[in-house]
Amino acid sequence: MSILEYNGGAVVAMKGKNCVAIASDKRFGIQAQTLSVNFEKVFEISPHLYVGLPGLATDTQTVYQRLKFRQNLYELKEGRSMSPKAFCAMLANMLYEKRFGPYFVEPVVAALDKNNEPFIVAMDLLGCMTTPDDFVVNGTCSRQLYGMCEVLWEPNLEPDDLFETISQALVNACDRDAVSGWGAVVYIIEKDKVTIKHVKTRMD
Amino acid sequence: MLSTTKKLENTGFSFDNCLRNRFLEKNGFISPKGKKTGTTIAGVIFKDGVVLGSDTRATDDTIVADKNCEKIHYLNKNMYCCGAGTAADTFQVTSMVSSNLELHRLNSGRPVPVIVACRMLKQMLFRYQGYVGAALILGGVDNTGSHLYCIYPHGSSDRLPYTTMGSGSLAAMAVFESKWKPDLSENEAKELVKDAIAAGIFNDLGSGSNVDICVIRKDSVEYIRPYECLNEKGIKRGNYKYKKGSTALLQSHTIALHLEEEIIQTINDGSSMDTS
Repeated sequence: MSILEYNGGAVVAMKGKNCVAIASDKRFGIQAQTLSVNFEKVFEISPHLYVGLPGLATDTQTVYQRLKFRQNLYELKEGRSMSPKAFCAMLANMLYEKRFGPYFVEPVVAALDKNNEPFIVAMDLLGCMTTPDDFVVNGTCSRQLYGMCEVLWEPNLEPDDLFETISQALVNACDRDAVSGWGAVVYIIEKDKVTIKHVKTRMD
Repeated sequence: MLSTTKKLENTGFSFDNCLRNRFLEKNGFISPKGKKTGTTIAGVIFKDGVVLGSDTRATDDTIVADKNCEKIHYLNKNMYCCGAGTAADTFQVTSMVSSNLELHRLNSGRPVPVIVACRMLKQMLFRYQGYVGAALILGGVDNTGSHLYCIYPHGSSDRLPYTTMGSGSLAAMAVFESKWKPDLSENEAKELVKDAIAAGIFNDLGSGSNVDICVIRKDSVEYIRPYECLNEKGIKRGNYKYKKGSTALLQSHTIALHLEEEIIQTINDGSSMDTS
């Protein structure tokens, strides 16, 4: 078994029309034993910038804390907030520093940049970025998510439609994965608001 | 990060997690490998410069992780580098060498010779004994002419008139060996590289999607992305959109974001700072 499947969990992000969405499941387990159903893997970095860190739960938390630490230092030193691009460079370099003893997380970043353009990035555990113009997925049911997203996603989705698309993609993918699911949370990021929705799912 | 100097300060790789990771591996938890490019890359020298080409697929085991990724990396104004192997390694190695080349250019005040980049890359790769898994094709034009180098992950290099790398290198080389001739024109070179990459795309499962091409001449560079879309995505016939309200909600709340301040600063004029 891969260590990335030890705790289970999945994250997906999608671009929409002037909006972007990121969603994760809420399960935390040790292999087949579920321990918690409110373990979120998506974190707010700044009002328009969110990061999802699926993978080994201990590294999810360590990497998040170290990211927050470096972001705070950056903002104190520079006196401005971090752009999504700068944040991704920081995260990629942080992961690559541990090239030969990596953190077992595969990050997903979703943001609106300073021109309110949607911005999504996925990385592998060594910090290699991919920046497609539709959707990104990572975590234990990434295969299922690829399939769901490839069918459901279309260009220029409005916030409401984007929510339905990303929720159904995540929920149905998680239903075919034993170690993820047990509740899901979706963040819809728009210029003037962020909507956080907790989605009803199967609990088995 | 990969250290570029020999000083042993707080730079270079961190091995903090190695003990833990080895323990996990001993207990049967396999360490995942990073994303591979599983690539076809190629380069050829023509009359007035160099043509570099690549496919655009990135793979994660048997999954296509990225259908349109960029594999021709910028090194300096007069040179570019195609990367195959571990995706993170090719990106980090080329971006770090790119920074050092720019410093070199600013210090010496002349276009950097391509052999300098070749030396920097191979010394960095040799230092890590092949564990930094980057297989590169470096091409560029300097004051001494056009150059094409093939650099292997262990730090050896070849200087060649035409070369291929990556999992599709055999398919691409087959095309070069049958069609290459000395003193190609620019168009012939571009078409030859396209055919070589296409051979990789269609015959190697690790390569796919589009052909990217970068032409480097004495005084100009042309980066064409995509040069040719060989695999267009089909058009969706049905509509698979879920109706609004199909997803059951447990709770929902909205955070309103207020624009505190918006400053639009206009820049005086078009003349940029002289850094040469």
